[in-house]
Amino acid sequence: MLRTIGIDSIEELYQHIPETLRNRAKINLPGGLTELAVRRRLAALASSNATAPDWSFFLGGGIYYHFIPSAVDAVISRSEFATSYTPYQPEVSQGTLQALFEYQTLICQLTGMEISNAGVYDGASAAAEAVLMSRRIQPASRRRVLMSRALHPHYRAVIATYLRNLADMQLDEITFDASGATDVGELTRKVDKQSMCVIVGYPNFFGVIEDLAPIQAACAGNGAQLITVTPEPVALGLLKPPGAWGADIAVGEGQSLGVPMTLGGPGFGFFASQKRFVRSLPGRLVGETVDTEGRRGFVLTLATREQHIRREKATSNICTSQTLCTLASTVYMSLLGKSGMRRLAEVNVSRAHDARDRLVSRPHLEACFSGAFFNEFVLRARNLENLLQRCAAARIVPGVPLGQWYPELDDCLLVCVTEMNEREEIERLVGVIGD
Amino acid sequence: MRERRSNVLSESSAIKPQSEASAPRLLFESGSPGRSGFYWPAESEKGQTTIPGEFLREDIPGFPELGELEVLRHFTRLSHRNFAIESQFYPLGSCTMKYNPKVNEVVARLPGFAQIHPLAPVDILQGAMELLYDLERILIEISGMDCISLQPSAGAQGELTGLMLIRAYLTEKGNSRKKIIVPDTAHGTNPASSALCGYDVVQISSTARGVIDTATVAKVMDEDVAAIMITNPNTLGLFEKDIEAIAAVVHQKGGLVYLDGANLNALMGVAKPGHMGVDVLHMNLHKTFSTPHGGGGPGAGPVAVKAGLSEYLPVPRIVKRNDKFELLEDCPKSIGRVRSFFGNFGILVRAYTYIISLGREGLEESSRMALLNANYIRKKLEKGYQIAYSEPCMHECIFTDRLQHKYGVNTLDIAKRLLDYGFHPPTIYFPLVVSGALMIEPTETETPETLDAFVEAMLAIAQEAKENPDVVKNAPHSTPVKRLDEARAARKPILRWDSGQGGAE
Repeated sequence: MLRTIGIDSIEELYQHIPETLRNRAKINLPGGLTELAVRRRLAALASSNATAPDWSFFLGGGIYYHFIPSAVDAVISRSEFATSYTPYQPEVSQGTLQALFEYQTLICQLTGMEISNAGVYDGASAAAEAVLMSRRIQPASRRRVLMSRALHPHYRAVIATYLRNLADMQLDEITFDASGATDVGELTRKVDKQSMCVIVGYPNFFGVIEDLAPIQAACAGNGAQLITVTPEPVALGLLKPPGAWGADIAVGEGQSLGVPMTLGGPGFGFFASQKRFVRSLPGRLVGETVDTEGRRGFVLTLATREQHIRREKATSNICTSQTLCTLASTVYMSLLGKSGMRRLAEVNVSRAHDARDRLVSRPHLEACFSGAFFNEFVLRARNLENLLQRCAAARIVPGVPLGQWYPELDDCLLVCVTEMNEREEIERLVGVIGD
Repeated sequence: MRERRSNVLSESSAIKPQSEASAPRLLFESGSPGRSGFYWPAESEKGQTTIPGEFLREDIPGFPELGELEVLRHFTRLSHRNFAIESQFYPLGSCTMKYNPKVNEVVARLPGFAQIHPLAPVDILQGAMELLYDLERILIEISGMDCISLQPSAGAQGELTGLMLIRAYLTEKGNSRKKIIVPDTAHGTNPASSALCGYDVVQISSTARGVIDTATVAKVMDEDVAAIMITNPNTLGLFEKDIEAIAAVVHQKGGLVYLDGANLNALMGVAKPGHMGVDVLHMNLHKTFSTPHGGGGPGAGPVAVKAGLSEYLPVPRIVKRNDKFELLEDCPKSIGRVRSFFGNFGILVRAYTYIISLGREGLEESSRMALLNANYIRKKLEKGYQIAYSEPCMHECIFTDRLQHKYGVNTLDIAKRLLDYGFHPPTIYFPLVVSGALMIEPTETETPETLDAFVEAMLAIAQEAKENPDVVKNAPHSTPVKRLDEARAARKPILRWDSGQGGAE
């Protein structure tokens, strides 16, 4: 090979790189390892983490422990999916493209919306991208964002980060009421002709199912767009979908739908909207077309919105769609199907409500909010620190303490119960924290 | 029109069994009411009654009703309609389609990584924190930078994060400035990220030799410029050898230097960005550190900075105190969060595994071999194609379709014809500065035999272009579908299946 190139050593290929750089380029790291040594090292690291199967987790807050049928990993482990590139050559990417078209359809059906893109990074960036999309749709006189404080704190943080450098944007928070839902009174007072969009969780961060009817009415009456954010899409197996409430943009985190928790990533953000806004949508889109012989096929389409064509005028800088994760969710939703999605949602509701009823019957625990909830609820505890310690000793993580984001809820715990939490486990939780 | 076509489709699918050759039906076009691949008995209805009826839906119209085997067959058939690294050579320039070792997949699926929750107390996540902390140190060593955040989900989010850091730093100095200099060879994400960060883009031209010239930068560099974004090696596969001088010009006027680290895979053991005057850098772990591309993500795009910018990095930061790892949330100057939780942890685990497997020599060797392979192809293909820049390249080389023009054959035709030869085409029509570009990045994981076979196919196509151009212009001939009507897809977008019309509207 060297002879073909016409050189005597590979080093000659580097001769044009300044010597001052080359001289200091050595990488000071240990030498390579055998596969066995690598596996042992990683297994050792893995073993010092508490896992959901070994412990008892009642943790949600944007990432959920759900059952994943074996067929999901079987499909996404196929190298034809896992090691392929972005489907820029559609003739040899029909597998990925058709799966993405099916994904888009499933997300539309689940959210009750008309269109969906092929996916974005996560729920938080989906929420931020939704606000930016509204900025493209709404006139420059509307630059005020009304954001529910009951929206996931990470999502609120990411929205704030994304908007900080856009000088025209104004970000206002709407508080929550005693039901744990967005304070509709405050929202109605604040939404006006300068409002660009209202963004609320559905269910929200406290697990509470927002009543979207008055929120949508307040938006519609003032020309503001309604953005819903669903961190737990399993809920949509049972709940009236955002589209049916009149949402303009419906986004969320898709991890719940067949992707392992993996310390919170990778999952994917789903992103749905209405047909009339399609040209303002961020991210990839797959569309149906035909080949030269009239056969159905799928391609990436409306790329004129995207960075590789439009550069600084693109709708977003994004150039990934977390495809392998959206594929996992496509397989997952196909397996569960109509009846499975509903059954799963019902089981979650049933177990979570059962757990809450039993917990709040203990004297030092009470329900923090009165609103209807899906599979998460907030508990107020008399001595939270002590409770957490007792649970840890029993290898239970009873929930997420809320004080880190909400000082007024520093004695509160966000508890999540899914189909993975067996009845006995709930009983054990009640036993340990109910004393 | 559409309805008629869909009727024809459904009729024909009713008569003909689905073979490998025919297009698989959509998920929504098969199945039977009540069928599901998921078994779970009903439980007490107790909970559901507390949710008011007006919050509930009746049904999910159109959702699939399939059994497990049906679902598996469907996706297995779809998989057969994909090219992938494990079946085809994928010389996609700038995308770095190297082999993704299997061990990475095995360890990422260990319950101690896959089944852990990000909001669990950090004292029961010490293994994960140690991995992240170690990976930070390793990437700092490889890049020659000082501090890093692993949070960004992908290269483009890394870019945006990096620009936000620059903006926060300059704002604190008293002036956030207005513009970012971006060369004409840059990835499209560079200008898109700049705009998203509230900056105007000043595009500069590269020289006839394909690199940026210090004088050109000096001409546009002023106190309004926040930063220059440089890709090194650039997208032409050339090393920006004046980068230190360019950095000096930018620094002198108070600006910063951003390095798009998409091509870091050419530099390991060769040169460190941290020594080039770079202030901020993102890395694409799915390229250099071989995590699978997954048909378009997930990836990971960590951002590394020089010490002066460390206070602005996203929160949380992982710190080590008394041999324990803790999360630092309280960083008043931080730009905040750019995504939820810890970024794409599963991808970080794979990249870490890759790095410790290869170790120092392995990483350095990977860059050397990537250069060797690219230059080998550069030399061999000169026989049939016009090279864009004749000097030695780094990890990728660029050809054009100039010699094929007289036969009416262009880059797209060549790309499509390659599919018939069983190769994924190179990146085409990018970078934009080269007309009809064919951007070839073989990576280090291919054998000389594969490279030769690819070259042979390319040269055969060059011959066909001369002798029988129609066979090239009408390619591909052997793929599951022929060229697709992209104009039609964009003109009248069909973005989902719709039950109402059998087809989709």
